[in-house]
Amino acid sequence: MSDLIRLPAAELAAKIHAGEVSSVGATQAHLDRIAAVDPAVHAFLHVDGERALQAAKAVDEAVAAGRTPASPLAGVPIAVKDVLTTQGSPTTCGSKLLEGWHAPYDATVTRKLLDAGLVILGKTNMDEFAMGSSTENSAYGPTRNPWDLDRIPGGSGGGSAAALAAFEAPLAIGTDTGGSIRQPGAMTGTVGVKPTYGTVSRHGLVAYASSFDQAGPCARTVLDAALLHEVIAGHDPMDSTSIDAPVPPVLAAARQGADGDLRGVKVGVVRELVGEGHQPGVLASFEAAVAQLRELGAEVVEVSCPSFDLALAAYYLIAPSEASSNLARFDAMRYGLRVGDDGSHSAEEVMSLTREAGFGPEVKRRIMIGTYALSAGYYDAYYGSAQKVRTLVAREFDAAFARADVLVSPTSPVTAFRIGERVDDPVAMYQVDLCTIPSNMAGNAAISVPSGLSADDGLPVGLQVFSPALQDHRGYRVAAAYEAARDAAQGGALIHRVPELEVV
Amino acid sequence: MPSISRSEVEHLARLARLAVTEEELDLFAGQLEKIVQAVAKVGQVADQDIPPMSHAVPLTNVFRSDVVRPGLTPQQALAAAPAAEDGRFRVPRILGEEA
Repeated sequence: MSDLIRLPAAELAAKIHAGEVSSVGATQAHLDRIAAVDPAVHAFLHVDGERALQAAKAVDEAVAAGRTPASPLAGVPIAVKDVLTTQGSPTTCGSKLLEGWHAPYDATVTRKLLDAGLVILGKTNMDEFAMGSSTENSAYGPTRNPWDLDRIPGGSGGGSAAALAAFEAPLAIGTDTGGSIRQPGAMTGTVGVKPTYGTVSRHGLVAYASSFDQAGPCARTVLDAALLHEVIAGHDPMDSTSIDAPVPPVLAAARQGADGDLRGVKVGVVRELVGEGHQPGVLASFEAAVAQLRELGAEVVEVSCPSFDLALAAYYLIAPSEASSNLARFDAMRYGLRVGDDGSHSAEEVMSLTREAGFGPEVKRRIMIGTYALSAGYYDAYYGSAQKVRTLVAREFDAAFARADVLVSPTSPVTAFRIGERVDDPVAMYQVDLCTIPSNMAGNAAISVPSGLSADDGLPVGLQVFSPALQDHRGYRVAAAYEAARDAAQGGALIHRVPELEVV
Repeated sequence: MPSISRSEVEHLARLARLAVTEEELDLFAGQLEKIVQAVAKVGQVADQDIPPMSHAVPLTNVFRSDVVRPGLTPQQALAAAPAAEDGRFRVPRILGEEA
């Protein structure tokens, strides 16, 4: 395996900018790795090597000409979740309905990556329209977890997380509606960040649940995530929910955290997110992580947020409700699949036949649940109550943040399960999102950082750190301090314990 | 306890423009029933007087400056159309036979 693919993005960028290695060489090394291991992992839905090498060449030419790099990450390869539009390559959202669709414009996140000189390798696999927790709902087949190819990599952004863990890309973009960045991060031993809602533009992010959807960075180290965060965040007039405020100083916080001093930092353990339903190995890893934070000087307190017990239920009403409305755009008229247009069927029949053929079972379930929750007679009991729960969750976060600077919990109550294990039981699948959903409900920030391997099955566990809205840097500081201490205690980064993949 | 019958699923599928099959109706009826049972506990707060929320940092009156920006060309807009004719989207008939 080429050493270039094992480097953190920050180090790779430094070598490229110093002229020690070329971006073309680094890009080619990752393309070779993808060719070798992706037949087994299936992290990518689309790879465009030619375009990636062209972008890499432009960075090398700039370096050779002595020009200042476009950003600290210029020349570094990156994988993009297939829910963000990228002009010139397909955007499928893991759905047959959008098979072969080329968006006529770039998402703001895509544009920012290109402007910053990042080299887009391709688009990553995901649960269809980001609806799922295991990447098994992709119409193009599941992604496999590099830690154990019989297991799921988490979801919906399993492709982005698996690409990092398989050393197919040093950086990736994910989107997090109910945990789809953080939970795959936890299950693959990588770092995943959900920024404060409204701080990364949703323009060009194909909508699932608009009031939750948030793009964010996926990386193998906290510092790399911070570097990528600063590239993609910022106000965008093209997104009416975009916050016109400076990007939180996440990079400075990650650097500060790496010093390993958390004296004066108050960490709150959320009682409702540790306990019932958690795998013992996950709880043990979490307790060890909290002990580590205490050793670094943090003061640990317990906080209680009773309405978090209702957050999962509220999410699985609000998100499907928004989805049922958002996915109405897939009407077989302007783009995407069209089925049954034989001259005998009406437009409405063609629409129904197309959606039947183009959507998978989970998308259909959520559209119907949303339709149900929003219908007359049920609206107040379901959607209305769920929106009240949302307010309660946000209020309880506020109260907890009055007592602690950051809050912590395990990222997922379980480690990666076997492919197929939960696929016929939607409610069991939803339970996996227990710990991540509260942050989406409140719109605040949360980061997942690897906390080691679960003693019961040897699979990665994630520590989740919540920060108040627009205080994303707090989580970065704590996660970076924890990461440095964990790596020092365990003799290196967790990701380097991932088993060698068989190379084709 | 809430319940979703097979005929209710059929109705929802029609509202949602999904031409579901008979087998799917059987499958979804059981699954949607379980999902609705699992989420119904939000009803615990139904009679509390709590305002709904949607954004962590509430925004009001979000305006963009009124300047001309390039939009899609007709070619770009039609490039992904399932069917196009004479520079327009071609769609199936929108009225039923009896209309």
